Amino acid sequence: MSGFLAGLCVAVLPLLAAGFWLGRRTARPESLGGLGTPVEHATFQTLHTASLAAPPLRAGLTEETARKSARTLRSLLGTDALCLTDTEGVLVWDGAGAHHRTEIMDRLAGPLETGRGEAFPLTCATPDCAVRWAVVTPLTVDDRVLGTLVACAPRESAVLVRAAGEVARWVSVQLELADLDRSRTRLIEAEIKALRAQISPHFIFNSLAVIASFVRTDPERARELLLEFADFTRYSFRRHGDFTTLADELHAIDHYLALVRARFGVRLAVTLQIAPEVLPVALPFLCLQPLVENAVKHGLEGKSDRCHIQITAQDAGAEALVVIEDDGAGMDPGLLRAILAREASPSGGIGLSNVDDRLRQVYGDDHGLVIETAVGAGMKITVRLPKYQPGVRPSRA
Amino acid sequence: MNSSYAVPAVALVVVATVLVGAFGLRVSRTTSDFYVASRTVGPRLNAAAISGEYLSAASFLGIAGLVLVQGPDMLWYPVGYTAGYLVLLLFVAAPLRRSGAYTLPDFAEARLASQAVRRLAGAFVVGVGWLYLLPQLQGAGLTLTVLTDAPDWLGGVIVAAVVTATVAAGGMRSITFVQAFQYWLKLTALLVPALFLILAWQADGAPSRAFDEPAAFREQRTVRVEDGLTLRLDRPLTVEAHGTVDGRRHAGTRLHLPAGPHRIAAGTRLTFAAGTSVPAATAHGADDALSPSRAESRTERPLYATYGLIVATFLGTMGLPHVVVRFYTSPHGVAARRTTVAVLALIGAFYLLPPVYGALGRLYAPELTLTGDADAAVLLLPGRMIGGVGGDLLGALVAGGAFAAFLSTVSGLTMAVAGVLTQDVLPTRGVRHFRLGTVLAMAVPLAASVLVGGLPVADAVGLAFAVSASSFCPLLVLGIWWRRLTPPGAAAGMLVGGGSALLAVAATMAGSPGPGAPHALLAWPALWSVPLGFLTMVLVSLATPGRVPAGTAAILARFHLPEELHTQDLSREAAAS
Repeated sequence: MSGFLAGLCVAVLPLLAAGFWLGRRTARPESLGGLGTPVEHATFQTLHTASLAAPPLRAGLTEETARKSARTLRSLLGTDALCLTDTEGVLVWDGAGAHHRTEIMDRLAGPLETGRGEAFPLTCATPDCAVRWAVVTPLTVDDRVLGTLVACAPRESAVLVRAAGEVARWVSVQLELADLDRSRTRLIEAEIKALRAQISPHFIFNSLAVIASFVRTDPERARELLLEFADFTRYSFRRHGDFTTLADELHAIDHYLALVRARFGVRLAVTLQIAPEVLPVALPFLCLQPLVENAVKHGLEGKSDRCHIQITAQDAGAEALVVIEDDGAGMDPGLLRAILAREASPSGGIGLSNVDDRLRQVYGDDHGLVIETAVGAGMKITVRLPKYQPGVRPSRA
Repeated sequence: MNSSYAVPAVALVVVATVLVGAFGLRVSRTTSDFYVASRTVGPRLNAAAISGEYLSAASFLGIAGLVLVQGPDMLWYPVGYTAGYLVLLLFVAAPLRRSGAYTLPDFAEARLASQAVRRLAGAFVVGVGWLYLLPQLQGAGLTLTVLTDAPDWLGGVIVAAVVTATVAAGGMRSITFVQAFQYWLKLTALLVPALFLILAWQADGAPSRAFDEPAAFREQRTVRVEDGLTLRLDRPLTVEAHGTVDGRRHAGTRLHLPAGPHRIAAGTRLTFAAGTSVPAATAHGADDALSPSRAESRTERPLYATYGLIVATFLGTMGLPHVVVRFYTSPHGVAARRTTVAVLALIGAFYLLPPVYGALGRLYAPELTLTGDADAAVLLLPGRMIGGVGGDLLGALVAGGAFAAFLSTVSGLTMAVAGVLTQDVLPTRGVRHFRLGTVLAMAVPLAASVLVGGLPVADAVGLAFAVSASSFCPLLVLGIWWRRLTPPGAAAGMLVGGGSALLAVAATMAGSPGPGAPHALLAWPALWSVPLGFLTMVLVSLATPGRVPAGTAAILARFHLPEELHTQDLSREAAAS
């Protein structure tokens, strides 16, 4: 048994030591002591404390973020108790005198209404209560009062009123930034919604025309094509979920190609090389079909003879690599760059830049489209799709 | 052993792996074959691939070696290696697939939404991967030494170079087919010679003293001691010696050695008469520190060691990085479950064979326990029992299968470890960093295999299982089945459970002092480190109730609901909104 305990100690002690050391290192990124005059030292200390309180507040004013930041804010002010409230109630009370919660909430109506600070004495039955005086300062974002910061002290102090005002203003700035963050996220979400899946009107028109041309000569073929058309439009008009699997997307591409081939016949040859391992990968809905559409367009542009399109999906460790290549007219790289930067309006559709934007928004800037092309040299588009990305989950058709 | 067939067989396996790795199975299809081209990997194919990746040198060589040396107790190894998939099937397979995670760090992030836990899980993936790679490289070295008398580091270097080159040059293309093929190759390479060996054993009159304790020589046999060893005799032994025994030189004299330890110097040849029982031996030299000590603690405390082994292998399989990534290939949770069932069948079939080699080895090659090359039993038996061209050909088949085992497991592990190194350890992502990650993933275990040396393959793999069981089993099981798990709890549990197992393993490998209870605890850590990991994870999670990640209920619902149900819910939501 003693052996067991010894083994346990041997195993656990270094771990604890390592954890303690890591904690110290991450908590104090730079040594604060021994640098500059005492005044400068105090400034550093204050700035450091403020920087510690900032990250939680950047997520907005909630019970959790208030709890995380309250202690550092109190040490910034040096008071006996500090309380953060929203318009409804006390979010967190840090320090002594928590029994004043209700009293303070009763006195908050004024500051919440006017947006102006207030200082008032507290009535207390407990003789040795350390909290006798409260300074209430509102937290405002865009002239809306989101909540208050209440600093409590044993006696009235003009210094505390001033300091609490400054700290409240600093907290307000952080909350404003949080608000900005939120609106930026909402903007991105709205953009993704706006960008999603528009199949081109030309395609609908052309497909229907092709089907019409078969109705008399080959009704069976026309029926098949109509079903392909129905499948493709059902996929592209579906409304739930922003993501799909590579397998579903490839099936949509197959329906699309069936319709295109009905129109162009033997002029269009397509080869597929798909690693089955990557078929379950999740990806933004309809983000490969526009690339294939683009390849078809470029491949047949200005060339009366055949065009060959190659679609490859490879397994590359933690990523799937999808390559779409055509041997068509190609494009001037400068013009393409301008189109992707939305500086020039493209001749046909917004396919490429739309896909590029969506990929960057979902996976980050290093997962945009990689396009290799030159005039007359075809075009090769490479997409790297991570197999796992937080928040990206396919919804099945 | 005659290497004129074996070397081409090994070369063939290596070249085939390189070519397939470099070019892939380039099956191009036209759009009319679209549905064939885009069919997802079925459960049976995926199961063969998982088995191909999973059956490593430990299974191919190690189990037979252990059974040869220690007898039927060691049958717990194949049982444990297989039963791990039962636990995986019951508790983990389908929810893990539904989580959408590709690697274990992905799972940690998906479940706990914490970058810190993700990085910690990444560190343990690298640790377990390295521990698992080490015995593979050593097994390769051993195989090549037995086949060609090459220095014992060469095989490991060859495997490391081949795998690093193919993985770094663009990953293993069409890896599912390659791995599935490797499974069938390995099964054939053991099954066919085993049938012939059994026939030979029948022709020999089917002697059934395989599991007599201890193993005995069936005919007069001369053993050359390569490294020097200590014989520990329970009863007196009569032997003919050429060389130095107990510091005295002998030239062909008959010796009566009394019970007790006897030192045999390197280069000595001992001739045992038929019917003599094989004495227990401890090899000399620093590089053999592990094998006898672990074996000793096993003989001292067989019950504890067996339970340690069972816990490690049953619970460790789910945390093996190269196994986990393969479940991503299944299209959905139900397919992942079916795959696991098929894996159980395939692996179960395979594990019937190594014990056959072990048992026959006790009959026909018992002296391997003295020379410390017990892991080579599988390679040597065909030549020993059948002989001639037939024996050589079968030996070549086994050697090729052994190299397939090294290559498939090593490439799977290297890809998993390199992926984690690239994503979570090295500063920025990118193709070049993946290459750097690959080199790093291989360099460390290669260096260690040259430096440490000498642990029995199956034992060393058992240590990797112990670390995996103590760190990832709590994370996966509690992450999937317990809604109150918090990021600090998960981190603490992995650190305490996995960390203590890792330290125990390190102490064992460094050759911690002597026999006794502490030593057994360190050599078989899983029995205490797994409960420790679970306990820490639960207690710290309960102590930090405020840190339960938001959306836990939704995440767990996604883990456990079949995908179709979930989609229906979503579409209903969409209709309602």
